[in-house]
Amino acid sequence: MLKIFELIGRYFILMGKVFSRPEKAAIYRRRIVYEMEALGIDSIGLTAIISVFIGAVITLQMCINLDSPFIPQSLIGYATRETMILEFSSTVVALILSGKVGSSIASEIGTMRITEQIDALEIMGVNSASYLILPKIVAAVFFFPLLTILSIGIGILGGWAIAYLTGIMIPDDYVSGLLLDFKPYSIVYSLIKTAVFAYIITSVSAFYGYYAKGNSLEVGAASTRAVVVSSVVIMIFNLILTQILLI
Amino acid sequence: MIRAEHIEKSFDGRKVLDDITVEFETGKTNLIIGRSGSGKTVLLKTLVGLHEPDAGSVWYDDTCFTQLGFRERKDIRKDIGMIFQGGALLDSSTVEENVRLPLDLFTRRSEAEKRERVDFCLQRVRLADAHRLYPAELSGGMIKRVAIARAIVLNPKYLFCDEPNSGLDPQTSIVIDNLIHEITEEYGITTIINTHDMNSVMEIGQKIVYIHEGRKWWEGTKEEILHVDNRELNDFVFASAMAKRARTNR
Repeated sequence: MLKIFELIGRYFILMGKVFSRPEKAAIYRRRIVYEMEALGIDSIGLTAIISVFIGAVITLQMCINLDSPFIPQSLIGYATRETMILEFSSTVVALILSGKVGSSIASEIGTMRITEQIDALEIMGVNSASYLILPKIVAAVFFFPLLTILSIGIGILGGWAIAYLTGIMIPDDYVSGLLLDFKPYSIVYSLIKTAVFAYIITSVSAFYGYYAKGNSLEVGAASTRAVVVSSVVIMIFNLILTQILLI
Repeated sequence: MIRAEHIEKSFDGRKVLDDITVEFETGKTNLIIGRSGSGKTVLLKTLVGLHEPDAGSVWYDDTCFTQLGFRERKDIRKDIGMIFQGGALLDSSTVEENVRLPLDLFTRRSEAEKRERVDFCLQRVRLADAHRLYPAELSGGMIKRVAIARAIVLNPKYLFCDEPNSGLDPQTSIVIDNLIHEITEEYGITTIINTHDMNSVMEIGQKIVYIHEGRKWWEGTKEEILHVDNRELNDFVFASAMAKRARTNR
């Protein structure tokens, strides 16, 4: 138990360093753009592929399980939309990105730690925590919500495509379901969750990388720990945010 | 001048540095020598503030470095250049970006002035055409030379080198040694080098400090080191000389 408190304490001390005044804003701007490409743009492909298939599978399963003359088919479009917006495109995509982006951040920073690159920055008088971690957090917090919007769009499109291609339901019913009882706040809720998850993924992964010790085995272990812990923290915050924002 | 006074440092209850007091002279190539695990690197990292000593203090001229906070240390750190054992170049940056980073962060020079300074430093280490290469594309010797260029780009007053020859062949080692020594003399820098290479000691050492089991056992010049009545130091020097002779005979 004491160890968990020590860990949380170290995390907040690191975040204190991360959010201290940056050395030179221009350098940070350049790094944020670089990180947006590395963490965000490079994740578009994975997000798009997973979203289109999940959207299609949700529609298929709804068609199979809601096969009743008493249930209008438009509800399938409605359910697909709600599932994509409320949970899949924010929470599940965040869990997937914690695997891709989180492990990449932890191993990148961990390798920099064990090869003394972080020491080299410190010697130059650079706040290494802020220089390395802050651009990643800012880039992810601003870019991941765009991935969520993309995922919602592509997932819904995937559902429509499977309806159209297999003829399992009438595509027009699917579209009318999409327009049924739409609450724009659901999108806001989803984007807020994604921004929080983006912060969790980047900061927790960076934390484990920054304090990596020893050799490449330790970097691998730090990377695994980063993914596991950020996934668990995402699930906890999913519950907390749903309670706060929806109920 | 850099002075360490009664430095002590332990890791997990194991004492690595034990009451080390030593002064490194301005404008000279100072060498810290000793076996692997003797505490040389910990001492060097304590001098530059990467490790905080458990006891004792480090002085840069008249300023007590160990009493300063992170932001206050910045002024001294701008005068420090350091070459790490593996080079410690940023993997995601090109050679030019690596050398240029301190200029970007701490100066208000124009683009042209920065480019000129980077070109000058890379030429100084004989790497005029390596601007666009990444560290993964460089040999061990080239990495060390880029690290030297980055270390001198802000005209440091103090240069620290942690095993600059490790992993290099004897010829490249001599090139690196001479380069560091030339830069030290040229700019009047206080240079401190960690090494266990007796070739370096005899080639460029002006003041030598021998560390054994975390303690300072001896200090003097390279002329004196061959006539010292100190068994541990003699064993170290003799073992190094044997290795050198074996290499030569081969």
